Amino acid sequence: MAVDGASDYVVFDHVQKSYDGEELVVKDLNLTIAKGEFVTMLGPSGSGKTTCLMMLAGFESVTHGEIRLNGRPINNIPPHKRGIGMVFQNYALFPHMTVEENLAFPLSVRGIGKSERETRVRGALDMVQMGEFGKRRPAQLSGGQQQRIALARALVFEPELVLMDEPLGALDKQLREHMQYEIKHLHERLGVSVVYVTHDQTEALTMSDRVAVFNHGVIQQLASPEDLYERPMNAFVAQFIGENNKLLGTVERTEGDVAYVTLEGGGNCQATMVNCEGQGHKTLLSIRPERVTVGDEVQGNATSAQVKELIYLGDHIRARLNVHGNDEFIVKVPNKNNHAMLAVGSEVRIGWATEDCRALDA
Amino acid sequence: MSDQELSPSTGLVLAADGTPLKTKLRQAERAQRLRAAMLVAPLLLFILVTFVSPIFDMLYRSVDNQLVPDVLANTSKVIGDWDASKTDTPDEAVFRAFAEDLLVATKARQHTRVGSRLNYETAGISSLFRKTGRQIKKFDFDQPLKPQFLAMDDKWGETEIWQTIKRFSGSLTMGYYYAALDLKNTADGVEMLPENQRQYLMLFWRTLWMSMLITGLCFSLAFPVAYLLAILPMKSSNLLMILVLLPFWTSLLARTSAWKVLLQREGVINDTLVFLRLVPADGRLELINNSFGTIVAMTHILLPFMIMPLFSVMRTIPPSYVRAARSLGATEFTSFWRIYFPQTISGIGAGCILVFILAIGYYITPELVGGRTGVFISSRIAYHVLSSLNWGLAAALGSLLLIGVLVVYWLYDRIVGIDNVKLG
Repeated sequence: MAVDGASDYVVFDHVQKSYDGEELVVKDLNLTIAKGEFVTMLGPSGSGKTTCLMMLAGFESVTHGEIRLNGRPINNIPPHKRGIGMVFQNYALFPHMTVEENLAFPLSVRGIGKSERETRVRGALDMVQMGEFGKRRPAQLSGGQQQRIALARALVFEPELVLMDEPLGALDKQLREHMQYEIKHLHERLGVSVVYVTHDQTEALTMSDRVAVFNHGVIQQLASPEDLYERPMNAFVAQFIGENNKLLGTVERTEGDVAYVTLEGGGNCQATMVNCEGQGHKTLLSIRPERVTVGDEVQGNATSAQVKELIYLGDHIRARLNVHGNDEFIVKVPNKNNHAMLAVGSEVRIGWATEDCRALDA
Repeated sequence: MSDQELSPSTGLVLAADGTPLKTKLRQAERAQRLRAAMLVAPLLLFILVTFVSPIFDMLYRSVDNQLVPDVLANTSKVIGDWDASKTDTPDEAVFRAFAEDLLVATKARQHTRVGSRLNYETAGISSLFRKTGRQIKKFDFDQPLKPQFLAMDDKWGETEIWQTIKRFSGSLTMGYYYAALDLKNTADGVEMLPENQRQYLMLFWRTLWMSMLITGLCFSLAFPVAYLLAILPMKSSNLLMILVLLPFWTSLLARTSAWKVLLQREGVINDTLVFLRLVPADGRLELINNSFGTIVAMTHILLPFMIMPLFSVMRTIPPSYVRAARSLGATEFTSFWRIYFPQTISGIGAGCILVFILAIGYYITPELVGGRTGVFISSRIAYHVLSSLNWGLAAALGSLLLIGVLVVYWLYDRIVGIDNVKLG
């Protein structure tokens, strides 16, 4: 979804990083980011995503490989010459300066004159709707306001690339959601490239053009939010993004891209081959809870299940079932007329389509 | 406020049982406050007895002159009528009162104390009093006494002696303060002592500038160390911290003596310099028993007091500030100077004020390594407390030092703000 411009604006070329010379925190990272793109690095803590961001910003050295920005290798360029805006997790607003002075700082170190500085500071403040807060100190602002100022400060010197290191981590849920949209709209309006680091999948799915899912220093999958959710390429991604039911089994035979799987808990199932080694090998089947149908009219892989628990959530009912020996099988039953037939302890018929059941690496 | 009950008469907020809420709150918290007071009481009492009361006692001693009007009770009453500008010596009435006072004082052996007290102001009075004390019993009180005094010692005819007695006949005096500031209160008003008798102003000035220099040296040495401590990983910074604190755990005397070993003419440093032929063998450097020795030894001793507050402030500055500045385009120096340094001001202030106040009152180290040109005013205070036993002057010198510290503190509060001081 690159907005016109180079498709290889930021390039990680076989990048490795080690802190202690014994263990690789980032293992052979290859990533290309197009100009104007919003890419999120998503992963659990310790997965190497922040290290990648710090290497791109220039605060961590690259152990091996090369990072290129706009075609130029930047491994040896100090951070202040990279011209990359950055928003930090704790905002890092300078406490001894007013909001205006904070915003003017990147301009004054670039030798921009006073009147020009004032215009641009004003513009940046208006951009984040913080016009009347210029004279305050960061400590006098709420978390959300500080967040906006940090954003404005990272954008005021008009960088083409902005890095964000879990910038919404300290905000409460409602504000976080609101800020997600604001950042997304700013990105669309200004056309800057954004590399965003988070461990919150909702944030990643809401804002990004593409998401890189990190685990153990490796990108597990790099794809658009839709692909990531609909078509996870391995068990980690399927587990990490959204809710997922897993069934372990062995592939009996394959027919085209359909695998016939014998489940460990007994029973058979047809699944779409995605990332498993074929006949005789173990596989993990992944089925999204909302893709399972309940009732008599089920098609495809039909089986019976026992209802273990029901949680009423308004728009849907979350049912925990025992399916093929798996006690943690979750089904989301839409709140329609037919949900009344579910009762804890009762047997129900459930089923799912072959294409919604993906055979992944075990 | 609509759901709270208000007292109809006073408009105060009432608790559920009808008593005013404030009273209720006080009652509820009384037990807690009482317990808190009990906990601090022993220390408070200790400080009152051993610290606060001696300070007020010393402040009082610096102006106390009760001894003279007590012993020379009659003289004090009548000498006020004597006008020194009209007659050289007081009349018979004053001499008679003085003789009576002296007769009583001699029996109580008080006349020598008054003599030495007045001797601080005019030399010779002490011996005159002692001599007169021995003779006073032989005086014929039925005859006029003035001629007998003059016959015994013609000093009793000197206006200056009587002026001194008159000036110090009150129960309070500024005399010690005049002396502490190299001033003299004469009949013609307050004037400076002659050049060759002045000593305290010069010592105050030396104490001041050397303390400032020591503070400055401590700051410039401590800042990089504290910075290093703050940015190093925990393991190495702990080790370095121990090295910083090690001198702290060593006796002050041991450290000062170590400097004597290092700095003396035949000491380690001079030997090394001679060995390296940087200094000729017959031209060894005078590194100790002068102000240089004091500055070196005191900078070393006070260094931890600068490092600690600096370190504790620097440790709380997250590295993301400097990182943010760098990402915004600032060079390493700019981000240090404009972002990091201003945030350490509170630590710098705390360290400087701590070191300066400690330095200004330091005694043992300047006394041991300072020689003649490196001692502080504290040395004279100690001399007057321990040797000359002129406690009034010692108290006045000490009070002036206290006033100096308070002035520095006030200036500091005006410029930096005492709220910004962080000690840890």
